[in-house]
Amino acid sequence: MTTQTPDLAVPPDAIQEASFLRDTLHAFRGNHLAMVGLVFVAILVFCAVFAPWVSPHDPYRVALDEQLLPASSTYWLGTDNFGRDVLTRILYGARVSLVVGIFPSLISLAIGTVLGILSGYLGGRTDFVVMRLADMMIAFPSLLLAMVVMYTLGANLLNIFLALALVGWASVARVVRSQTLALREKEFIEAARANGASRTRIMFSHIFPNVVPTLIVLFSLSIPDAIMWESSLSFLGVGVQPPEASWGLLVAKGKEYMFQAPAVAIAPGIAILLTVLAFNFIGDGLRDALDPSMKD
Amino acid sequence: MFKFALRRILVSIPVLIGITLILFVMLNVVPGDPIALMMKEHASPDVIERVRAQMHLDDPLVNRYLRFLWGAVQGDLGNSIKLNRPVTDLILKAFPNTLMLAVCAALMSWIIGIPAGILSAVRRDSLLDRFFMGFSLLGVSVPIFWSALLLQYVFAMKLKLLPVSGFYGWQYMVLPAITLGWSSAGVIARLTRSSLLEVMRLDYIRTARAKGLRETRVITRHALKNALIPVVTIMAIQVASLLSGAVITEAIFSIPGVGRITVNAISSRDMPLLQGAVLFGTVLVILGNLVADILYSVLDPRISAQLRKEP
Repeated sequence: MTTQTPDLAVPPDAIQEASFLRDTLHAFRGNHLAMVGLVFVAILVFCAVFAPWVSPHDPYRVALDEQLLPASSTYWLGTDNFGRDVLTRILYGARVSLVVGIFPSLISLAIGTVLGILSGYLGGRTDFVVMRLADMMIAFPSLLLAMVVMYTLGANLLNIFLALALVGWASVARVVRSQTLALREKEFIEAARANGASRTRIMFSHIFPNVVPTLIVLFSLSIPDAIMWESSLSFLGVGVQPPEASWGLLVAKGKEYMFQAPAVAIAPGIAILLTVLAFNFIGDGLRDALDPSMKD
Repeated sequence: MFKFALRRILVSIPVLIGITLILFVMLNVVPGDPIALMMKEHASPDVIERVRAQMHLDDPLVNRYLRFLWGAVQGDLGNSIKLNRPVTDLILKAFPNTLMLAVCAALMSWIIGIPAGILSAVRRDSLLDRFFMGFSLLGVSVPIFWSALLLQYVFAMKLKLLPVSGFYGWQYMVLPAITLGWSSAGVIARLTRSSLLEVMRLDYIRTARAKGLRETRVITRHALKNALIPVVTIMAIQVASLLSGAVITEAIFSIPGVGRITVNAISSRDMPLLQGAVLFGTVLVILGNLVADILYSVLDPRISAQLRKEP
């Protein structure tokens, strides 16, 4: 059996794809809040990457004669109980938050996508096993699950990655599976099957590209969640450990000095709030742009 | 309906057993001796040996899991290593405090969230809508531990209107309930708004309007009945997640609830206590989901009708 492709200068798929991308970008650009979020995140990424150059002081330098100073021209947000500059600590904390926001989300997205497509396309026993596993992970309260992982493996950044990836993959798998189930019945998949394409090829060259828009939305919305989980774990003392700077840890340490220097605890909290808001704006903007039917 | 509920309950059982297995494996593969880790250098080798024998730590993992499972079914979750008391007793003693906190937080989130969602939908794109939606977005974006500190700082330390922390009366519940309820209120408000907007587009609403009914009547008598179905089901899930999610709030406000037990169990490396507390929280969440599903099929007959058609 031979297949014939019409010899066009521009394949029709490309035209459609280009306009889909253009429409999406156009819709995203029109969303003011999403653009504000994007600019904020861009500035934050810049500050985090270039923290040693951008930040005015050394994040670990202890100066016991400069404890809990109020905001001044030297220390814009004052100093903490070890005399360390609060602003510098927040800028270094941004590194932790961004890394924790992005990498575990990528891991859980990768696991969830592969399992979701396998489950939806192969069906049968694979589907049953994967979905029951997902049911269990979803029934587990996320914070408790993450705390158990940290208890077992020990509190450090790498284990936070593992804990968050373990918490996140199941909901991704569920969404991807339901999309795969719908896509499986589409004509272009049937055509690929008739052409003799292997199952792996159908799953990963035909179904996968159609799931990507959803994955982008899921990714952008899972970043603020991960940032929130990390800061909560660090606040409770089972996340990032001192002297590293993580926003949750900074709030936890600063709360002892709420009376003398409220800024030490309040400022990192504002950083978390603004970052989570910015990512939520971007996520909402992407969702509206990629799938207008999900608006409202 | 009854058949649906029964089926749903039966499906939950293997999930629950799977969860006990995952939890048990995760907590029992801790590198190093859990007893030695907990007691550090204070314990002599023969004491460690005695506790190990008491907890059957030298038995094969499978035997220990089956013993744990069999105990859990009978309500026996073992003894806390640190406090040397039955884990079940400790949890049941702390649970009423957690329950009270969760109920207060849930009530607050409904009282604020539902009217805010309705007003936002009715006055869509107005200033009021933007205010409420901004407020709820803030609620879901603000870290709980931080809003708790802020409330403590303003209302307890500066204005001295309410106590900072502890648990000796209703006034101690106000700040924790606001802390925990705010984020849930945000979720409820957003859901109520989107659900009502969706219903308002349907034909039967147009019919109601065409009959000449007043808009308030269209909304209260016709639209809300359907729009609130998803909201009511979310409430059941929410109460459960509030019960298990009160960890941070209880830690900050020093409320002696199940959440604080969990945090203490981690810091004192009290494995049986942690295992029991996490299992307890998870069972609550599963029950919440179960109630939500059953409630959904009761409120929306289309769900159970659809299931009846399935083989």
